[in-house]
Amino acid sequence: MRRIISVLLENEPGALSRVVGLFSQRNYNIETLTVAPTEDETLSRLTVTTTGSDKVIEQITKQLNKLIEVVKLVDLTEGSHIERELMLVKLKATGSQRAEIKRTVDIFRGQIVDVTSSVYTVQLAGNSEKLDGFIQAVGTSGVLEVVRSGVSGIARGEKVLSL
Amino acid sequence: MELLSGADMLIRSLQDEGIEYIYGYPGGAALHIYDALFRQDKVKHILVRHEQAAVHMADGYARATGLPGTVLVTSGPGATNTITGIATAFMDSIPMVVLCGQVASNLIGEDAFQETDMIGVSRPVVKHNLSVRHPEDIPEIIRKAYYIAATGRPGPVVVDIPKDMTTPNERYEYVFPKKVKLRSYNPAIRGHAGQIKKAVDMLMAAKRPIIYAGGGVILGKATDQLTELVKMLGYPITNTLMGIGCYPASDKQHLGWLGMHGTYESNMAMHHSDLILCVGARFDDRVTNATEKFCPGARIVHIDIDPASISKTIDADVPIVGPVDAVLKEMITLVRESKEKPDADAIAAWWKQIEEWRAFHGMRYETSPDVIKPQEVVEALWKLTNGEAFVTSDVGQHQMFAAQYYKFDKPNRWINSGGLGTMGFGLPAAMGVKLTHPDDEVLCITGEGSIQMNIQELSTCKQYNLPVKIINLNNQALGMVKQWQDMNYESRHAESYMGSLPDFIKLAEAYGHKGVRIDKKEDLEPKLKEVLAMKDDLVFVDIYVDRFEHVYPMQVARGSMKDMWLSKTERV
Ligand SMILES: Cc1ncc(C[n+]2csc(CCOP(=O)(O)OP(=O)(O)O)c2C)c(N)n1
Ligand SMILES: [Mg+2]
Repeated sequence: MRRIISVLLENEPGALSRVVGLFSQRNYNIETLTVAPTEDETLSRLTVTTTGSDKVIEQITKQLNKLIEVVKLVDLTEGSHIERELMLVKLKATGSQRAEIKRTVDIFRGQIVDVTSSVYTVQLAGNSEKLDGFIQAVGTSGVLEVVRSGVSGIARGEKVLSL
Repeated sequence: MELLSGADMLIRSLQDEGIEYIYGYPGGAALHIYDALFRQDKVKHILVRHEQAAVHMADGYARATGLPGTVLVTSGPGATNTITGIATAFMDSIPMVVLCGQVASNLIGEDAFQETDMIGVSRPVVKHNLSVRHPEDIPEIIRKAYYIAATGRPGPVVVDIPKDMTTPNERYEYVFPKKVKLRSYNPAIRGHAGQIKKAVDMLMAAKRPIIYAGGGVILGKATDQLTELVKMLGYPITNTLMGIGCYPASDKQHLGWLGMHGTYESNMAMHHSDLILCVGARFDDRVTNATEKFCPGARIVHIDIDPASISKTIDADVPIVGPVDAVLKEMITLVRESKEKPDADAIAAWWKQIEEWRAFHGMRYETSPDVIKPQEVVEALWKLTNGEAFVTSDVGQHQMFAAQYYKFDKPNRWINSGGLGTMGFGLPAAMGVKLTHPDDEVLCITGEGSIQMNIQELSTCKQYNLPVKIINLNNQALGMVKQWQDMNYESRHAESYMGSLPDFIKLAEAYGHKGVRIDKKEDLEPKLKEVLAMKDDLVFVDIYVDRFEHVYPMQVARGSMKDMWLSKTERV
């Protein structure tokens, strides 16, 4: 099953490589990985999406917790949560395609953030399925370049991941 | 206010940490540190002949004393030479701090002379590693390094020290922190009371219980508590190769050790048990054999300080995360106060069954009228040293024979590389033990293959007068490899024969030691006695043993715990 694990990490050089190293060393999957500083400058927040049996996921969280620089972590998929990914995509847009693309972008609540005579650059946020859906809708043949941020997530309601 | 250079701070921190010995080898990036060492006499440095040996020495010291070992090496090749030793310590959870020189900060990343990314190279085989970024941080980093290495589940910690952090004429205020605090590292200090209660209830209700103890009992200094609990319950106990000595081997409740080359009775008892109390062991593949066939009728209680060890390979019914000594202490109290008592009839029937298994096989081998069997060498040593020696070992058949036929009643005396299986471990580990236990007998039971992996340390032994006894079970082959080839490759002995063996006697003499060769059966005991009487000499005892012997029992590959070869022809 797909899981989203959110980690508070000491904001220290080398901490990220320990997390990445752990995944490759123990043969765990990484589907997406994002990391950035938080409001507390001593901490980074890292979000990793991974797949595996319950047993593997249990090991992943335990092994992550064992890393000295991991301060706290939560498996967001254990409760209700919000997940978002940002995508920027360059699409071939000429002639009648332009209106068509514009419509699709609107349906997916995206924005065209840059325009040339033959290219639209579209920005889209949502869960990963929605982003996949957009690519499918416009058709891969018109896609020139895709960049995705990887998944970020946060629990719904009062629950917070903090010190 | 005391002003010190980074190098002096480092050595002062070691003094303040109470470090008596460090093992190492100098080089460019570590020279400021070596100079600081030279200008004091509290911390003593042992100069090895290869950095790998320094790590094994520190490791041997740590295993014998329960205290963290310390290593000091230079950058680049000095640092990379320590990796096998660090990985060895990591796999067996041995506390140690490895201090590595590094090129100056401004050169890092420029492929400078003797630059290696030691933080990166060591990462998968350390509990943690730390870099020094400012000389002032050195005392705190050292304190942290020992704290992390020695607490929780112990392990090696590497500290990378760029040369400019130790510059002699730049001085900073020296403050040795009284305590270290790490917000992200808090090993458990006691187990969950509800879980412990549940475990005790299960122990009382069990009909075919067994205690399965591991190296964690020794590392967690919980042998007294374990012995007390097992005696109170009257249940059978087995332990892992790493757990040897955690419970007296001569006691009748002890079934010997378990797993690939464990005793018939312990593997049978595990397989047929209805409750396994695992204490500080980790269901390693050399114990469980095929996990899907593992102990089908057993419920499992698993006590470990490391939550990641629990339900990693075998699911626990009752996980208990905590220090083994504290958890066992609580269990003892609960057992004592429990209204329920063990089911006497069921336990008696269980013991009757176990005694039958014991009588069926037990530990045995066939003797020969003229060839020396490796097992009889170990038995003779056990007798002649009253089972009191520290025994280090290398890796191979000799290691298994040593573990099977030397009966340890005390912890910290059986010292081997169980997890990584590192040939070359035995001699330097023995040196680390002997240095701090000069009045104890220290034996290194090795093979002619393994001993040659760190033979250069005979020179270190001369320099520091370390009269260990090297017992070379010379079968003129990489015996364990050859055994696997006999069993799985129709005896095609690809590269398992050691041609051109040196004359070990002359070699020992060349290094300034004594050598004794034993190749006649009738000479075995008398000559060993003579050797053991040579208290002040390192003696290399080269013993020509049966070249065709195999280690048994041996679990059948991909079988259950109870599927074993008992000899070359008997399979159960
Ligand atoms: C560094 C290292 N290389 C290779 C091996 C694989 N190996 C395991 S046992 C063994 C043979 C050891 O030979 P020897 O020391 O003579 O012991 P014997 O089995 O003959 O008693 C080898 C090569 C190992 N464990 N460690
Ligand atoms: Mg051999």
